[in-house]
Amino acid sequence: MDLAIHTQNLARTYKLRGTKKDEPRELVALKDINMDVRRGELFGLLGPNGAGKTTLIKILTTLLAPTSGKALVAGYDVAAEPHKVRPRINMVSGGESSGYGLLTVRENLWMFAQFYGIPSKLANQRIEELLSIIGLKDRINTKSSELSTGLRQKMNIVRGFLTDPEVLFLDEPTLGLDVEASRDVRHFVLEWMQARPERTLLLTTHYMVEADELCDRVAIINDGRVLACDSPAKLKQQLQSDAIYRMEVSPLNGLGADTLEKLKGVNKVNHEAKDGFSVLELILAEDDALGSIVNTLTGKDVHIRNLQKREPTLEDVFVSLVGKRLDEVSSDTES
Amino acid sequence: MQVSTPESHPAEHGIWTRTMRVAAWLGWQIESNWADPMIFLIYSVVKPLSSAAILVVMYSVITNGEFNNPLFPYIYLGNAFYIYVAAMLNGIAWSVIEDREQYRMLKYIYVAPIHVPSYLLGRGFAKFVFSSLAVFIIIAVGVIFLQVPLDLSLVDWPLFLVSLVLGLVLLAMMGLTLGSIILNLVNNANFVGEAVAGALFLFSGAIFPLDVLPTWLQPVGFVVPISYWLELLRRALVGPLAANFPTFNAFSNLELLGILAGLTALFTVLGFVVFRYCDHQAREKGYIDRVSNF
Repeated sequence: MDLAIHTQNLARTYKLRGTKKDEPRELVALKDINMDVRRGELFGLLGPNGAGKTTLIKILTTLLAPTSGKALVAGYDVAAEPHKVRPRINMVSGGESSGYGLLTVRENLWMFAQFYGIPSKLANQRIEELLSIIGLKDRINTKSSELSTGLRQKMNIVRGFLTDPEVLFLDEPTLGLDVEASRDVRHFVLEWMQARPERTLLLTTHYMVEADELCDRVAIINDGRVLACDSPAKLKQQLQSDAIYRMEVSPLNGLGADTLEKLKGVNKVNHEAKDGFSVLELILAEDDALGSIVNTLTGKDVHIRNLQKREPTLEDVFVSLVGKRLDEVSSDTES
Repeated sequence: MQVSTPESHPAEHGIWTRTMRVAAWLGWQIESNWADPMIFLIYSVVKPLSSAAILVVMYSVITNGEFNNPLFPYIYLGNAFYIYVAAMLNGIAWSVIEDREQYRMLKYIYVAPIHVPSYLLGRGFAKFVFSSLAVFIIIAVGVIFLQVPLDLSLVDWPLFLVSLVLGLVLLAMMGLTLGSIILNLVNNANFVGEAVAGALFLFSGAIFPLDVLPTWLQPVGFVVPISYWLELLRRALVGPLAANFPTFNAFSNLELLGILAGLTALFTVLGFVVFRYCDHQAREKGYIDRVSNF
């Protein structure tokens, strides 16, 4: 198999220093990551904040040394041969305001093209073409400090694509972008992949829709471990035998999701309190289990406002693997 | 998607020069692009003149205006050329902080197929060009208005040019060493460059001869390579006046040049070795893109 990325028992631990009195602590960011990305694949890493996605990208882009294990990108060891990996890759991180603000959009991009040895004339031609596609051509001579965060992010995305890398790493590329800009970026990514099938793209995201829409395969990562890895369709198929319901009910009156989970045939229950009502996401082993749920709720004087059966999503896959919704895990990590 | 395609990956040859050329361009843009050209020009002239004026006033107060004393050109020229030390040594180190903290671009620079030491040296080259203007203005003002006895027909030009170039290479390599160390510092990195440049100011004979230092401190001056460089520049420019200060009288010009060349070679090796070590350490610690928000 022609692999663009291969990792073997890859691990990374950070040593954290607290106050002077504290002993140094260790934070395990990645544990035994074994992952293969085929050449030509658009591969997604899906997980909450702090799951280890960015750490993995940093290792694969030669910015960070692994604590143990091995990682190959484009056939070269990222720790031992970074100088052979770098000409073949590029990277874009989202959600930050990077860029030389004193330089114009064209100058920022031209400079990087020069670092990659692209002749000036071709670089300028390519910059204009890519800026046109992403809708930033009219700002080509604007200083990047004068761009909004979204436009600056678009410039950064062009910087990543400008060098036409064999393997491109996009770390949360749509983070902080508005809906329209995110859609533009997703469209741009898909077109780029379709234009040259030998290109490989590794995308990290915590947006389920983005992973579902873009990726050939997705690895679900949490707490430094890959929990599942397959195409979005196959991941969702794992839940195909389950019955998934969304139920809107009046406040639960002290009834917990854990009580409902103990009922026979109930695999997972997620509860979200809204303004004046509650939403229950139910993953049931069979439809019949719905009866006992309804009985339990009505027994506690909880009224059902709405009930929908729906197809499984990647969010459901994540919930079935982690036990929590992705946004819940993210907020736990942040707090 | 119709987009012109570059070569799949760049040729390895010429990577040093390409990196240095582009980094120097970037450095110059950063140095010069923050203001309108006219404001930049005024700043470029006023800043060195102000620092020279401070020195002259201080000297005048301390010596009751004894501008004929050989100490004056000694201090004046030492101070003028020390601009290169602050600019290149601190400047190269500062470019690491600037790229990592302010522009948040160091990680992208690192991921690019460049030669990172050449990148840092290229940024230093821009500092050299910019500070050369300041050095020239200060010396010109000294000669025209303050009777610094610099006679162009008496200057030992070969000695001056060889010393200047060797010294600049030395400073660039010291800057590379310092920049490499700063790669491994996050929270206190901002102060290191200034602290080192400040300490060297005291022990390099820039503003007073090393003989003025207490005897037990003088050896520090003799291990600072910049001391030899400044002595050579003074001898090349105002030879007879430099002879008034006994610090390096035991050495001939050729011997001093040999010492400077040896130290430059030593720091060249040291710069690359330290970079290699610090680069490895920074990747181990995850410091390449670490932002302290200090």
